[in-house]
Amino acid sequence: MEDVTLGSIQDPRRVVAEGINWTVAVGDYWVVAGGQGAGKTDLFMMAGGLMAPLSGRYRLFGEDMPIFEAARLKGRLRVGLVFDGGQLLHRLTVRENVALPLCYHHHLTEAQAQPRVQAMLDWLDLGPWADNTPATMPRNWQKRAGLARALILRPEALLADNPLGGLDVLQRSWWLAIFEQLSKGHGVMEGRPVTLAVSAADLRPWRRHARLFAILKNQRLTVLGGWEQVEKAEADVLHGVLEERHLE
Amino acid sequence: MFDSPQVQLLMRLPLPRSFANYVGREVFRFLLTVRGLGAFALITLGVMLAKFGAARQVVHPLVLCETARAGLSVLPMFMLLSAALGLLVVGHAIMWLTTVGAINYLGAIMVMVVVRELGPLICALLVLARSGTANVIELGTARALGEVEALEALGIDPVHYLVVPRVVGMALGVFSLTVCLILGTLVSGYFWAFLQDVALQPRAYFEQLAVSLTGLDFLLVGLKTLSFGFIIAIVTCYHGLAHPLHLEEVSRAAVRAVAQSVVAIALTEAAFIVFYLAG
Repeated sequence: MEDVTLGSIQDPRRVVAEGINWTVAVGDYWVVAGGQGAGKTDLFMMAGGLMAPLSGRYRLFGEDMPIFEAARLKGRLRVGLVFDGGQLLHRLTVRENVALPLCYHHHLTEAQAQPRVQAMLDWLDLGPWADNTPATMPRNWQKRAGLARALILRPEALLADNPLGGLDVLQRSWWLAIFEQLSKGHGVMEGRPVTLAVSAADLRPWRRHARLFAILKNQRLTVLGGWEQVEKAEADVLHGVLEERHLE
Repeated sequence: MFDSPQVQLLMRLPLPRSFANYVGREVFRFLLTVRGLGAFALITLGVMLAKFGAARQVVHPLVLCETARAGLSVLPMFMLLSAALGLLVVGHAIMWLTTVGAINYLGAIMVMVVVRELGPLICALLVLARSGTANVIELGTARALGEVEALEALGIDPVHYLVVPRVVGMALGVFSLTVCLILGTLVSGYFWAFLQDVALQPRAYFEQLAVSLTGLDFLLVGLKTLSFGFIIAIVTCYHGLAHPLHLEEVSRAAVRAVAQSVVAIALTEAAFIVFYLAG
């Protein structure tokens, strides 16, 4: 992203952040932290190609974003997006939700897509929920199903919006372990490491996991770098996303 | 009284500003709605053509599902309705035709009233009430819950996935229901005539129907019902999808969609009458 001005997904004319310069290299594992209303979701929606920047330039794998033309769609599908609430289609079961992008883009019937869908569901422990509709599932499992759906097309990069929000300790550990596996490369993803960018309200859980950090605050994205740079950052930059005692 | 100088003076005065504002706002809103609906209809047609046959493993089952929902699932209700409509039309027609000794026109009246006018209109209004409102609520809720963004993130065109199956399903649904309603009403019409001891043999009745029906009737019924289905689907999908909605706005969107669909259907019906009379 070069000098990007970010709008809101609800009201694209409203400026959420400006002067964003951010480069994500292949294989990176980023955490973008910010308080509520800082614009993390809007940043990830734009990064996922759901809206255009108000100004500036945003390129993904060398392609100008957003991509709406069918002919260039393949480029856009190299990035997957996990929504905060999963955003599953409420009329479909979890299995159908996960199979949908595969059937749509690869012209498969549900039966043909089944082996790959089942492998994904098994890896993410979603087997028992496979035939449930989203309304009959707890929210944390809906998020997992959203992750499965985003990964089923085997994207090269994954954007996850606030994946740890509202989760208990066990669930958080599970997500961190899964991101670790994705970052290193997992069989379900053909062993290829996935470039990761996640948003978070709190930096602490990511300390030993993510490799690069940025803070979205006061309409600015401050790119910090590794955890050493986080520890060296000024307190007011970190205020709200990291308690001061963790810096000591 | 209206010629009095005081009234004449009053009529020359400018309208109160608030009233003029109100009328202006309503006219402006109407024009914006027409523009929005027109654009949405064109986009939908464009997607239907551009993605014809694309992702058929996903879209074809949806089309079947929507056709069944708009058509097959309401068939029992329509059979009951066709019996009632047959009684209504035949009951009145026989009373008047017997009085003037023109019972041989029963078939012609059935064709004129049921085939050309009431059949397609009643079908369209009932499909609007039963499936059209469900469309707005489903799509409005999907929009409010962020499902449209989820589809876009997956590279799935929301118009292709959500609107096209509903448009095709609803057009086919209204068409097939109208055919069933018309057939049911024509048959039940004779049944009611039989019960009223009208001296009309079945063969004579169906011959009257056959003579009264022209090729233009078949063409117009087809065009009219497909147009009604298209209009209902476009208006209801537009109100459910075209603007970001919050959950509390969904019911208001449903009310707006029904009102605008009724107006659009009435205008289309009027256009068909003009076309038919001119032809």
